[in-house]
Amino acid sequence: MELRKFRQRGPYEWELPATGRMRVPGVIFASRELMEAMDDKVAEQVANVASLPGIVAASYAMPDAHWGYGFPIGGVAAFDADEGGVVSAGGVGFDISCGVRTLHTGLKLADVEAHKKRLADVLYARIPAGVGSTGTLRLSGPETDAMLKGGARWAVKQGYGSEADLAHIEESGCVAGADPRAVSDMAKKRQRDEMGTLGSGNHYLEVQVVDEVFDAAAAKAFGLARGDVVVSIHCGSRGLGHQIGTDYLREMVIAAPAAGIALPDRELACAPLKSTLGQCYLGAMRAGINCALANRQILTHLARAAFAEVFPHVRLTVLYDVSHNTCKEEMHRVGDERRRLFVHRKGATRAFGPGHAELPREYRDAGQPVLIGGSMGTASWILAGAAGTEERAFGSACHGAGRAMSRNEALRRWHGRNVVDELAARGILIRSPSFRGVAEEAPLAYKDVGAVVEAADRAGLAIKVARLTPLVCIKG
Amino acid sequence: MAWRTFEHEADVGVCGTGDTLAEAFAGAATAMTAVICDPAAVVPRDPVGIACAAPDRELLLVDWLNALVFHMATSRMLFSRFELTVESDVGGCRLVATAWGEPVEVARHQPATEVKGASFCELRVEHCADGVWIAQCVVDV
Repeated sequence: MELRKFRQRGPYEWELPATGRMRVPGVIFASRELMEAMDDKVAEQVANVASLPGIVAASYAMPDAHWGYGFPIGGVAAFDADEGGVVSAGGVGFDISCGVRTLHTGLKLADVEAHKKRLADVLYARIPAGVGSTGTLRLSGPETDAMLKGGARWAVKQGYGSEADLAHIEESGCVAGADPRAVSDMAKKRQRDEMGTLGSGNHYLEVQVVDEVFDAAAAKAFGLARGDVVVSIHCGSRGLGHQIGTDYLREMVIAAPAAGIALPDRELACAPLKSTLGQCYLGAMRAGINCALANRQILTHLARAAFAEVFPHVRLTVLYDVSHNTCKEEMHRVGDERRRLFVHRKGATRAFGPGHAELPREYRDAGQPVLIGGSMGTASWILAGAAGTEERAFGSACHGAGRAMSRNEALRRWHGRNVVDELAARGILIRSPSFRGVAEEAPLAYKDVGAVVEAADRAGLAIKVARLTPLVCIKG
Repeated sequence: MAWRTFEHEADVGVCGTGDTLAEAFAGAATAMTAVICDPAAVVPRDPVGIACAAPDRELLLVDWLNALVFHMATSRMLFSRFELTVESDVGGCRLVATAWGEPVEVARHQPATEVKGASFCELRVEHCADGVWIAQCVVDV
């Protein structure tokens, strides 16, 4: 990316001054190397978001920012309804509330090594993964609406997990204000067979080991020590969320001119927060968040059943569950004021710092767990929201590495069978229905997540707590 | 009719070209199947009827691809042959189509990823100076 148009605020903070249609500046948190490797489209998209009505403070991008549609992936932007602010379906994306949940297993690496192959096979048999896979749960119309209102809380009431799980999920597993009536019949139909499914592409369930601890106090608060085995689940709201995104992107594009919104690009489709369409989208999008939370709760139940088959006395507990494609209503200090804002995080994780009232008591001194996904052979990370992060980017951090090359290029370079064999030789067992899918998701098709995490740490967004390396990956 | 996929950092672009708008739309649909699996591996056996209406051609392309995404998701199908008629007038654009395909067979089709939806990114529907129609956008995977 061309850096001349940026003003460097610090080693890891770059300002794109407000020019032209921009109402606020853009700010990207990244090292010089990450900035230089970014596509120029990122700066263009950051600037476009900065031009939307009612945006507050700045249009932010995280160290893993890359070219998305409308908003950059890794984009964060907050809007004030009282200042004509908007909500953007493109600012949330199709995979509403895609996120990561990490589970403690209570096992150590040595406990798992001897049973790793069986564990991989049992997990693969129990976790529906890949294109065309279906879950066993079929919900009636009223049951679907109850799920959309209740999220993980609904799932626990149905027997998928326990009350204790909910305390370690953002919003305690249920976002308020979900409106199932704002979700189309097509969206509900798309979800009919997909409750408790992982999906495909970059979604996965991994068994991982903590191979290094960077912050002993935070690691202790999160219950992590070197050699611990954990499970991480990366997936979202499945077909329901995808269809909500499809429905409202279209409606917002068509309605924007009448709402007086001149879109610099159609992909920035949005609606005023104080409009019927804006409120309908918020109700539907929150239902999508609850669907994702229920889905990850059911997958947790399936993972527990799989572990119980291999390790009968093991109990999997939730470390935390974060979403990285959302718009959330939050209170933030802007200058001397506390303001109610609608914070879009598209490919960005909420990362509240120590002392935040919304954190579970046991994590309040450490900060919010920030769960960063890897890709099969690469590390995943657990960070903690840093002190002062709310002033930097409304309490946000990165969400992953981002692709280093296109899917086509990955297919040209690797064959899935070889990727599986090479990872097996390194002790990482892959189970996937599609070799082509494995090739497209090959570890080297992604950027260096370590560099992204380092930049997030140095920029003061979130501090490094622990690095996780994969043992088993169930790939969608 | 011709098709290709094109590069986008996070997702994938799909593009169809042809002598008619309908051919370009069919090409974009074939390219979308290619994002998932080899279109040549999909037997065009079972027909599905699709109708869309939109204010302009670009929105119609997005609607067309999203209608296919919906049928792929809810019927667990993949498609490889498309026949369309497209009409437009001052009132907007309409499309009537038949897509032929078959249910997903994971072992044979080796589907890499599902398509979540067609976006407005890189969206372009044009009748070029050389007479060729082009229809393209980025799909989210």
